[in-house]
Amino acid sequence: METAQSKISFTINGKKVERRVRSSMLLIDFIRNELKLKGTKPGCLGGECGACTVLVDGVAVNSCLYLVINVDGKSVTTVEGLSGEEQSLDVVQLSMVEHGAVQCGFCTPGMVMAIKSFKSQCDHNHHTPDREEIKKNLEGNICRCTGYVKIIDAVEALF
Amino acid sequence: MNYNIIGKRIPKIDAGDRVSGKSVFGYDIELPGMLHGAILRTKYPSAIIKSIDISKAKKLAGVECVITADNVDTENLNFRKDHPVLKKGEVNCIRDEIAAVAAVSKEIAEKALELIEVTYVERTGIFDPLEALKKDAPQINKFSKGDNGNKNISEAFHYEHGDLAEEKKKSACIITRQYVLPKVTPTCLSPSSITANYSTVDDELTLYSSTQVPFLYQREISQVLKMDPSKIRVIQPIIGGGFGTKLDIHPFEPICALLSIKTGKPVQILFSRKEEFIHSAIRQSMVIDLTTGADKNGKFTFREVKIIKDNGAYTSWGVKTSFVIMQTFSSLYQVPACVYDADAVYTNNVFAGSIRGFGNPQATFALERNIDLMAEELGMDRAEIRLINANFPGEISGQGLEYHSCGHKPALEAVIKHSGYFTRNKKNNQGRYKRGIGLASMLHVGGGAKIYPSDGCGTTLKLDTYGYLTIITGSSEIGQGSETVLAMMAAEELGIDLKKIKVINTDTNVKPWDVGVHASRTSFVAGNSVLGALKKLKEKLSDKAAQLLNTSLEDLVFENGTIRSEKTGNSFKIDKIVRELHFKPPHELCEVSYYYEPSSEFQDKNFKGNVSSCYAFAAQAVEVEVDTLTGKVDVLHVYVGQDVGKVLNPLGLEGQIEGGVVMGLGYALSEEMIFENGYLRNFSFHDYKVPTARDIPEIHFYPIETHEKTGPYGAKGMAEAPLVPTAAAIANAVSNILGVEINSLPITPENVLKAISNKQSDQG
Repeated sequence: METAQSKISFTINGKKVERRVRSSMLLIDFIRNELKLKGTKPGCLGGECGACTVLVDGVAVNSCLYLVINVDGKSVTTVEGLSGEEQSLDVVQLSMVEHGAVQCGFCTPGMVMAIKSFKSQCDHNHHTPDREEIKKNLEGNICRCTGYVKIIDAVEALF
Repeated sequence: MNYNIIGKRIPKIDAGDRVSGKSVFGYDIELPGMLHGAILRTKYPSAIIKSIDISKAKKLAGVECVITADNVDTENLNFRKDHPVLKKGEVNCIRDEIAAVAAVSKEIAEKALELIEVTYVERTGIFDPLEALKKDAPQINKFSKGDNGNKNISEAFHYEHGDLAEEKKKSACIITRQYVLPKVTPTCLSPSSITANYSTVDDELTLYSSTQVPFLYQREISQVLKMDPSKIRVIQPIIGGGFGTKLDIHPFEPICALLSIKTGKPVQILFSRKEEFIHSAIRQSMVIDLTTGADKNGKFTFREVKIIKDNGAYTSWGVKTSFVIMQTFSSLYQVPACVYDADAVYTNNVFAGSIRGFGNPQATFALERNIDLMAEELGMDRAEIRLINANFPGEISGQGLEYHSCGHKPALEAVIKHSGYFTRNKKNNQGRYKRGIGLASMLHVGGGAKIYPSDGCGTTLKLDTYGYLTIITGSSEIGQGSETVLAMMAAEELGIDLKKIKVINTDTNVKPWDVGVHASRTSFVAGNSVLGALKKLKEKLSDKAAQLLNTSLEDLVFENGTIRSEKTGNSFKIDKIVRELHFKPPHELCEVSYYYEPSSEFQDKNFKGNVSSCYAFAAQAVEVEVDTLTGKVDVLHVYVGQDVGKVLNPLGLEGQIEGGVVMGLGYALSEEMIFENGYLRNFSFHDYKVPTARDIPEIHFYPIETHEKTGPYGAKGMAEAPLVPTAAAIANAVSNILGVEINSLPITPENVLKAISNKQSDQG
């Protein structure tokens, strides 16, 4: 049985993509299996760990809970597209490196994308978050290595 | 001693790859023509298998291979060789593998599993170790030799020192309690994965595996598959969390290899999160019966310990946790007598593993709870009783552990002081929210652990003609930052830029032997190995430099990428010296190899002897607030004093401390695998609660530098220690605040309310 296919068109990491996709296909599977962008990590595929976080129109979503047909007409950014072409790492990534916020690194791409979304939101509202707010905004991303302290430090240093 | 690099906050040298999604984890590997494997596991924790019919599965389009125990030829796995790769005739725990499929897609492989027909006759399983010890219990594991006094005891440990009867007589206070510790799982963020690639042309098997022990893995896989070990190449991709889960081989690994061997194609098996919860290694549950004594002055007199560990259906390295647990009871604080027995008992539960701390969090929990209870009974302060019994430099413990450096007392003093223990504990605690401080210490190996025929690590160094150094180390990286600390040592010794150092540590075809990542040993053992190799490399360079600079060896200084004569100030760039060696006589490459074996000794049959080159000591003070209405425990501050010998990289060190404490926090407060008749009931992050960023306390770290003479720059192993005393300290704090006894984990609101209500009914 062939599942229904839909034609979608969107941008990913600044490049336009047009594809026919199964309506049931998850964004994470499209990113990892079709586009071969393996930076987005499948930690639980249940929306609980945050490792697969990507940006859709600048906002963090769990790509394991998001159907790819819903990105039609939108802009997706994965960890590979974060830094742009001019520099090798984004400020969020640089801060993570500098503050020792990375150990095994499996949660890291999702963590980076969640932080990027949070930072953009705060910047948009001209808001400087305190440590408690930062912690609250990292709640959806599980890390088992670092104990979060260095990740929170890395976020705090962005403001 | 002043260092240029050692002691500096150096970010992980491969962090850039990890933050940008460029690191290739096992889960990310794709090989041309790769098939996808899936495993059929048992429906029941204990059953007879009457028949397995794979005929329909084999016929499904896209299926390339179906295996069962009937069409493969393998030896048993794991520590006691009591674990068949594919089960035949019977199943004994819910993880049991019955058949496996390789197909062109994961979906087809999973569909094929549904077509395999298995006829079971369900049996009543045994899930309580005490039931398994009964005379009329059936033998659970048919490969058990039954050589430990009972057919269902997998391993029994007995240890003793001192005169127990005499010490009991001296005791003014004797406390007996039972402690019950749950099964927990480290939930590595990457679920397990394996990719196997067998070449039918040259009979070589390449395994892309997340193992922590690649050389032991290579050897055991070769035994299981009946292959020549050197025909097996183990490549470790970036590993998404280890914590001990990857010490043992699990059946999915040889199964994947078998599917590749049978099809002649690459095959990959990826665990889902649910599979990771159910089928990966766990921290074992234990019941610890502990009796301890102290004399009227609070000096410890004896410890009497009986432990029953739930081994599960098969025997992993986890059975050896008894060895580390023994050390805590025999040698943490001064204690003149100790008698210790620990039995690992087969059940139809999932088999235990060996997770970070290797049994020590369980042992420390029991011991430190009893110490608080002894202080209470003697009317002594809880800090004072610990300080007067603390281990000291120069002490040789009853078990023969030699503490030539020992920061136990300074660690205790640091956390007592910084936590404000003596001032804050006296606060009025009458309202709904009550606060208080709990203390606990810990002892762990700090200089490797001699339990395998060699505890060593090999290093090869290559300094190229451009002045770049490649360190090829036997050690493995599982996120702990070992490659960075090794590179720092090389930068320090050779005076070259850290950016000019590459670390190769992932391929058994390339790297020299190492026993693996365990026992907090990598910075110590691999570090000493790198330093040994660097010494040889410097000798080679120095000989040539002395000749070129027309000076003596003692006059040479390695700095800023050059070798300089102190007398004349003349210098040569290091790459120039390499070229002089290479392209002119003696025409030699600037390459050296070195193998380091720690100075520790094997313990005798009574478990006596100095098993590690040195020992790590730590103390934690934990300030908690308990909501007496809801039972919620909020950990506000954790003060960590830890003897690390010497701080090599503060950034990496703090990361290990913070990560360990938070893992200890989860163990203390929320984590528990809930099993019902052998089935796991909570197999998602929704139902199994690990700490999130909002749950973490303020962590204050006070490194104690004792400059261990056998350590690299004086450093000791440190990475397991920070989670070892955390749960004990939290339980002590909660018990003290509420005047109750918390003698099991986790300390959930429900359990706190139960303790409060039991106390009220006792008093009523």
